[in-house]
Amino acid sequence: MTKSELIQKLAERNPHLFLRDIEKIVDTIFEEITSALVKGDRVELRGFGAFSVKSRDARTGRNPRTGETVKVDAKRLPFFKTGKGLRERLNGGHDDSQSDEDDFYDKDSA
Amino acid sequence: MTERTLTRADLAEAVYEQVGLSRNESSDLVEQTLDEIMNALISGDHVKLSSFGSFAIREKGERIGRNPKTGVEVPISPRKVLVFRASHVLKDRIAKGK
Repeated sequence: MTKSELIQKLAERNPHLFLRDIEKIVDTIFEEITSALVKGDRVELRGFGAFSVKSRDARTGRNPRTGETVKVDAKRLPFFKTGKGLRERLNGGHDDSQSDEDDFYDKDSA
Repeated sequence: MTERTLTRADLAEAVYEQVGLSRNESSDLVEQTLDEIMNALISGDHVKLSSFGSFAIREKGERIGRNPKTGVEVPISPRKVLVFRASHVLKDRIAKGK
């Protein structure tokens, strides 16, 4: 499913709305999530999942082919962790993985 | 900088401000959007949201795990896991960040 197919689905469910408003809704949602992550904030959507940003410190890496050392800059990367509800639904309603709760307790994000 | 956590309520508020629907309907539309994404994933489809990222299902086969506390080996049943790949646009914006 692409963004335009998502918009189409929402349009079918909401015939009273203009298509351009639905486009704006979808864009607003993902822009909000994006700008939160840019600020370093977390986004927790219970039953769906959580987005977070993790920081990686600068380190000295090595080119495995040449053995040459290279400096790797510090960086910030986006992460997503699936929520319990969705994980269960993906697996036919039950979740026998060992992680419990709705995931959001491991605040290992930076 | 203090870290905040954004929730559905914040997304609904943004939709309310940007689109001008009622608060109720804004929050309903946020829910519907997540719902449609989840339905697509549950039906085995992947979801690609340009300039944001894509969600795909990965099927994991059975493997033997071990209870780290007791050391007892247990089979881990086959399962589906969801993986998110951030788009380059998203990665770049986060990398540039502050």
